Amino acid sequence: MRTQLKKMMASGDLFVWASGAGLAVALMMVVGLLLLITVNGMGFFWTGDIVELTLMDGTRVMGQAAGREIIPNSVTPDSPKGKGRVRAKIGNRDLYGLDFKWVDEDTIASQSFPPNAVLLERREWGNFYGWIKAIHRGETPHAEGSDIGWNALLPLVDQANDVHARIYRIERIEIGEINAEIEQARLQIRAVEMNTPKGQTPHGPTLDRLKTAIAAAEARYSEKTDQIEKLNAQFNEYAVVMVDANGQEKQLPVGQIIRALRPNEMGTPAKTWMYLTNVWRVLADEPREANTEGGIFPAIFGTVMIVLIMSAAVVPFGVLAALYLREYAKQGIVVRLVRIAVNNLAGVPSIVFGVFGLGFFVYAVGGTIDTLFFPEALPSPTFGTGGILWASLTLALLTVPVVIVATEEGLAAVPRDYREASLGLGATKFETIWRVVLPSAVPAILTGLILAMARAAGEVAPLMLTGVVKLAPTLPVDTTWPFFHFDRKFMHLGFHIYDVGFQSPNVEAAKPMVYVTTLVLILVVVLLNLSAITLRNRLRRKYAGAAV
Amino acid sequence: MHTSTDSTPGLLRIAVTRSEGPSPAGAVKDLKATIILSDVNFFYGDAQALFKVNIEVPRNQVTAFIGPSGCGKSTLLRCLNRLNDLIEGARIEGKILLDGMDIYGPQVDATDLRKRVGMVFQKSNPFPKPIYDNVAYGPRLQGMRNRAALDAIVEESLKDAGLWDEVKDRLHQSALGLSGGQQQRLCIARALAVKPEVLLMDEPCSALDPIATAKIEELFFTLKKDLTIVIVTHNMQQAARVSDHTGFFLMGELVEFSDTKTVFTTPRDRRTEDYVTGRFG
Repeated sequence: MRTQLKKMMASGDLFVWASGAGLAVALMMVVGLLLLITVNGMGFFWTGDIVELTLMDGTRVMGQAAGREIIPNSVTPDSPKGKGRVRAKIGNRDLYGLDFKWVDEDTIASQSFPPNAVLLERREWGNFYGWIKAIHRGETPHAEGSDIGWNALLPLVDQANDVHARIYRIERIEIGEINAEIEQARLQIRAVEMNTPKGQTPHGPTLDRLKTAIAAAEARYSEKTDQIEKLNAQFNEYAVVMVDANGQEKQLPVGQIIRALRPNEMGTPAKTWMYLTNVWRVLADEPREANTEGGIFPAIFGTVMIVLIMSAAVVPFGVLAALYLREYAKQGIVVRLVRIAVNNLAGVPSIVFGVFGLGFFVYAVGGTIDTLFFPEALPSPTFGTGGILWASLTLALLTVPVVIVATEEGLAAVPRDYREASLGLGATKFETIWRVVLPSAVPAILTGLILAMARAAGEVAPLMLTGVVKLAPTLPVDTTWPFFHFDRKFMHLGFHIYDVGFQSPNVEAAKPMVYVTTLVLILVVVLLNLSAITLRNRLRRKYAGAAV
Repeated sequence: MHTSTDSTPGLLRIAVTRSEGPSPAGAVKDLKATIILSDVNFFYGDAQALFKVNIEVPRNQVTAFIGPSGCGKSTLLRCLNRLNDLIEGARIEGKILLDGMDIYGPQVDATDLRKRVGMVFQKSNPFPKPIYDNVAYGPRLQGMRNRAALDAIVEESLKDAGLWDEVKDRLHQSALGLSGGQQQRLCIARALAVKPEVLLMDEPCSALDPIATAKIEELFFTLKKDLTIVIVTHNMQQAARVSDHTGFFLMGELVEFSDTKTVFTTPRDRRTEDYVTGRFG
C-alpha cells in the first residue's frame, strides 16, 4: 500500500490529474459565463407571443412571458414542488407605471393567446399591449374596429417613420451644419473683438461679412424649423385609440409608434425575420429612453474608435521605448530599474490612470491648447474637457507597458545571425534595426498590441474621468469640417453596461439590454483581436523561421 | 609524419621544392599581401584571445586558418571586418592594414570597411525575405534603386555563387525555403553583391553535407580570381583541398603560417605536425 502510494506520487499522475482538473474548472467558468451572456443576450431579440391571463378575481393581465420562478418558502409537505409564479412584461408604462408584473400561478383561472392582440413599439413609454379600437384623423374617425384598424394602421406607421427620418435628417444634419456655421462665425467675431484694442469698437469688412453670414444662416435656420413644425403636424395628424386587457382606453398619436406587431399571428419564418431585424436595429440604431430602448450604435462606434486611436498611439510609443531599452541603452542598473518600473506600471489600478489623464491631458494639455488656439471660445472649453482623444491617450498610457514588454521580447528573439549578416554587408546599426530586426519583431509587436487592445476595450474606469458620457448627441466622426472631432465626448459599451444596468430609471426593463450590450462588447473585442491575429499570422508566415 | 599523409603523395614531392627559409610565424613574402596583421593582441574583457599574431594575407589567394576549437581563429577573422566591435568589453591591440590602410584607424568607418570585407557565417543566415531581396540587400543599402541595375547585380551575384540556375524561377519566394547548401550559397551571393575585395568565411561548410560542401569548395577556385578569401575551417581536408596558404592556431597563438603544402607535409613546428596528423585536437 505504501509503496503503491509512493509510486503514484513519484509518477506524477496526481499532479497531472490536478492540473487537468484546474484547467477544466477554468474552462467551465469561461464557457459558463459566455453561455449565460449569449443565451440571455440572444433571447432579447425574440418576439414572444402575447399571452392573456384571466385571474380568479376577473381581472386580466396581458403581456409577453418573461420568466417563471418558485415562490420562496412555498415548499411545504403538501406541495413538495412548491408553488410557481410567472412574470409577464405588461408594458403600458404610462397606464400602470410598471413594465413587469408577477402573477401567482394559483390565481390564474385561464390563459389564452388572442390572435388580434397588438404590440406597439413606441418612441416613449416602452411597449404597449392591447387591441386597436379605432383610428382618428384629428376629430374625425378614420377606421373602426380591430382588424380594419390594424390594416389602416400599418401604412400610417410606415408614413410616420418616413416623416421621423426626415425630421431626424433636418435636425441632426442640416440644422447641425447651420449651427456649426453660426458657431464658427460667432467665434471669428469674438476673435476680431479680442484683437481690437481696448476702448475702440471693433469694425471692418470682416466683421460685416461675418455678421451677414450669421444673419443668412439664421434665416436658413428658421426655414428649417418651419419645415420641422410642418412635419410634426403631419406626424400627429392621426391617432390610434387602444384598449388594454381590462378595457382601459388610451389614445396614442401614430407618430409615437415605431412598429406595430401582432406576434400571435406571426409564424416562425416571420418571427425569425423579426429577430434579424431586431438584431440589426440594436446594432445600427441610437438609444432611446435613457438608453433602455433602441440601439447601441454610438457605443459600438465609440468603443471601436477609442481602441483604434489608442492603437495608433500606443504602438509607436511602445516600440520606440522598447527599441531604445533593448538596442541602444547601455544595459545596467538604470535600464533594469526602468524595466521594473515599466512592468509595475501595468499593475497600477486603471482609475489612477484616469486621474492622471484628467489632470495631465484634459487640464494641462487640453487647457493649454485652449488658451493657445481656441481663446475665442473660452471660458467654454474645447480640448480642455474630456474627449475621445484624451480618453484614448489615457488608455494608451495604460497599455504601453504591455507593448514595451512584448516588443522587447520580440527584439531579443531576433537571431544574432540576422544582425551580424546585415552588419557584415555594411549596414549601420540603424539600418540593421530598421530593415532586419524590426520586421522580424513585427509579429511580437502585434502580440503586444493584441493584449493592449483586449485590455483597453474593457477599461471603463479611466474613461469615466476623461470623456465618456451616457448619451452623446453626435458621433466623433461626422460630415462637418474637420470630420474627425477628437474633442467630442463619446459613448462606450463598457460604460453603457454600467449606465443601463445600474443608472437607468427602469433597471428591470433594461436588464436584457445589459446582456445584449455585454455580448456586443465581447464580440467587438473578439473581432478586433481576430483581425489583429490574422494580420500577425500573415506576417509570421512571411517571416517564417523568425522566432516569436 | 610522412606515412601519415600518404594519401597525398603528390603533395609530398612538391613540398620538397618549398623555397622559403624559416622565419617567425612564416610570412609570405613573394606575393603582394592584401591584409597585413602586425602584433595583434585581442582581449575579451580580461581574457586574452589572441597573442601577437603576425600574418600577411596574400591577394587573390585562399588563406585558411585551422586549429582546435577556441584557438582564436574565428576571433581573428572577425577582427578583419571589425565585427568584434559589437562585443562589449572587447579590445584589440596592434595593427591590421587593408591595402595599407589601418582598419582600426580613427578615420575608418566600420560600415564602409565591411562593404570592402564581406563575410559568410558558419550557420547560413539568409534574411526572412525573398531570395531577390536577400541578394539586393547590400546594393540597396548603398542607395541603389534602379530596378535594371539591381536585377543585373542579383543575377551576376547568384551566378558567381553557382545558385542562379537553381533559383532563377523563384527569386521572389522566401529564402528560407531553400536547402541548407543553397542557403549558404545564397549568403555567399549576398556577400558578393556588395563587391567586396576580401571575403571572410567562418566555417562555411560545417553544417552542410558533402555534396553541398563540394559545390561551395568549387566556388573558391573561381572566386579567388577577383577576391582574396580567408576561410576558417575545422576540416583539415578542406583546408588542404581549397587553400593556397594555411595558418595553424593554438591557444590564441599563430603557431605556423605557410603555403598549404608545407603546413600539411613538412611543418616546421611539432605541434602543427601533431595536429595535422590527427595525433591531437
